[in-house]
Amino acid sequence: MTVLAQALDAAVDTPRVDWLAIAPETVLFGAAVAIVLGRALARRRPLVDEASFLTALVGVVAAGVFTFVQWVVVDGDGPYQAIAGMVAVDGFAVFVRTVVLIATFLGLLLSAGYLRREGLEAPEYHALMLCSATGMMLMASANDLIVVFLALEILSIALYVLVAFDRRRVTSQEAGLKYFLLGSFSSAVLLYGIALVYGGTGTTNLTRIARFLAGTTLLEEGVLLTGLVLMLVGLGFKVAAAPFHMWAPDVYQGSPTPVVSFMGGATKAAAFAAILRVYAGAFELYRVDWRPAVWALAVLSLVVGSVAALVQTDVKRMLAYSSVAHAGYVLIGVQVGNEAGTTAALYYVMAYTLMVFGAFAVVTVVGRRGDRRHELADYRGLAGAQPVLAALLTLFLLAQAGVPLTGGFVAKLSVFDAAVDAGQYWLALVGMLAAAVSAFVYLRIVLAMYAPEDDGPAVAARPVRVDLAAAVALAIAAAGVLFLGLLPDVVLDFARDATQLLAAGGRAGA
Amino acid sequence: MLLNQFLLLGAVLFGTGVYGVLTRRHTVLVLMSIELMLAAVNINLVAFGAFSGSVAGQVFALFVLTIAAAEVGVGLAIVLLIFRNLHSSDLDDVDVLKG
Repeated sequence: MTVLAQALDAAVDTPRVDWLAIAPETVLFGAAVAIVLGRALARRRPLVDEASFLTALVGVVAAGVFTFVQWVVVDGDGPYQAIAGMVAVDGFAVFVRTVVLIATFLGLLLSAGYLRREGLEAPEYHALMLCSATGMMLMASANDLIVVFLALEILSIALYVLVAFDRRRVTSQEAGLKYFLLGSFSSAVLLYGIALVYGGTGTTNLTRIARFLAGTTLLEEGVLLTGLVLMLVGLGFKVAAAPFHMWAPDVYQGSPTPVVSFMGGATKAAAFAAILRVYAGAFELYRVDWRPAVWALAVLSLVVGSVAALVQTDVKRMLAYSSVAHAGYVLIGVQVGNEAGTTAALYYVMAYTLMVFGAFAVVTVVGRRGDRRHELADYRGLAGAQPVLAALLTLFLLAQAGVPLTGGFVAKLSVFDAAVDAGQYWLALVGMLAAAVSAFVYLRIVLAMYAPEDDGPAVAARPVRVDLAAAVALAIAAAGVLFLGLLPDVVLDFARDATQLLAAGGRAGA
Repeated sequence: MLLNQFLLLGAVLFGTGVYGVLTRRHTVLVLMSIELMLAAVNINLVAFGAFSGSVAGQVFALFVLTIAAAEVGVGLAIVLLIFRNLHSSDLDDVDVLKG
C-alpha cells in the first residue's frame, strides 16, 4: 500500500514535447479526426458533407498559419531539432510543408464539385486527404529514419484508399490494388534498407548518422551501402522514378482525377524531401557512392518518361509518363548534391506541384460524369466549346514543357544551371533533350484541343459546368504558375533560405 | 549466437518474400509475401538492436508491426471490393488498365 502511495506521489518524468514543431501536423490530423467523429455522430448527411469540407479547409489554413509561425521562428532563431531529435524544424521543412499545404488546399477545392458530380460525397474523403497530407508534412521534417518510415506509411495508406475511392468504377479499384501492392512492396524494400543502415551505423537518427560517419572509418561498408541502395529503391518507387515507375501510368489513369492532381505534386514533394534530407544531408560524406546511382535514376527517368509518353493515347497516361520525366529533372538537382542543387530541386517541386495540379484539374473538369473521357480524341475541338478551360490547360502544359514566362521554365533552368555549375554536362544535356522530346507530348494535346472538329458532333463541344470551388482552384494554380515564371526570385529566395537553414541545422545539431 | 546467423535468416526470409511477390498470382498470397518481407526486416532490426545494445531497433520493430497490421487492413478491404465487382481475386484478372 505504501509503495503504491509513493508511486502515486512521485512526479512522473515526462519528456519535453515542443508542440510548435509538430503543430501543423497536429492541426491537420485533429481536423481529420473531427471529420470522422462528426460523420459518426451526426444524423443529417448533407450537412455533414458540407461541414467536413469546411473543417478540412479550416484545418489546412490553420496548419498554414502554424507553418508560417515556424518560418518566423526559424528565420529569427535558426533551425532546431525537437522531440528527442526526431523532427527537425528548419527552413527546408517549412518550404516542403508549404508545397504540401498548397496542394492539399487546391485538391480539397477541386474535389468538392467532383464528388458531387460522381455521387461519391463522403466526409471520409476529406479526412483521408488530411491524413495523407499529415504524413507528407511529417516527412518534410523527419530527422530520423523511423519518422521517415512512419510518415511514408501515413501518407501512403491514406492514398491507397483515396485511389480506390470510387466504389463503382472497377478501374479505380484496380488502380488502388496496384498502388497498394507495389507501394507496400517498395515500403518493405525501403524498410530493409533502413534496417541495414541502422545495423551499419548503430542509430536511426540522421544527425547522429552524419556524426558517426564523420568520426568513423568503416572497414566493412557492404551493409551500409546495400542499405543506401535499398532505401533509394524504396523512395524511388514513391517519386515514380524509372525503373520504379511501373505503377504510375495505371494508378494515374484509374484513380479519381482530383486525387491524382493532389498526390501528383504533393507525394513527390514529400518523398524528395526525404531523399534530400537522407542523401544530401546525412550521407553527404558518401556522395561518391550514391551519386552514380541517382545519376542513373535521373537519366532513366528522363528518357523513359519522355519517350513512353509519346506513344500514349490517354491524356492521363501521357501526364503520368511526363511525371516520371519530371521526377528525373528533380533528381538532377538531387544528384548535384550541393546547395544550388537542393535549391533547384525545391523550386522545381513547388512549380511542378502547381503545374500538375492545374493540368489534372482541367482534366477532372472536362472528364465529365463517369471520369472516363480522357482519350486524346475526346479533347478534339475543346477550344471551340470551352475556350477558357482549353487556354488554362494550354498554360499548364506549356509550363510543364518549360516555356519561358512560366514557372516550369525557371524550374528547368535552375536545375540545368546547378548541373552545369557542378560539371554535370551530360546530365544537363540529357535533360535538355528530354525536355525537347516531352514538348511534343504536350503539343499533341494542345494541337488536339485547337484542332477543328472534323467528324460529327464532337463530344467536347457539349458544355461542361465548372463549379465555383474548382474555378477558384484553377485560378489560383494558373496565377501561381505565372507568378513563378514572372517573379521567380521571390520563391527562389525562399528556396535558397530554406536550403541554407537546412545546412545550418545539420551542423548545429551535430 | 552470431549476428550473422540472424542476418542470414532475415535475408533468406526477405528473399522468399520477394520471390512470392513476383511469382504468386493470387492477391492474398502476394499480401502474405509482403508480410514475410516485413517479418524479415523485424528480425534484422531486433538483431542489430541487440548487437549494438540500443533499444531503437526493438522500438522500430514494434512500429513496423503496427504499420503492417494497418496496411493489411486496407489491402484486404481493396481486395474485397475488387472481389465484389469482378468475382475474382486473381491478379491476372485485374487488367483493365494497360497501354
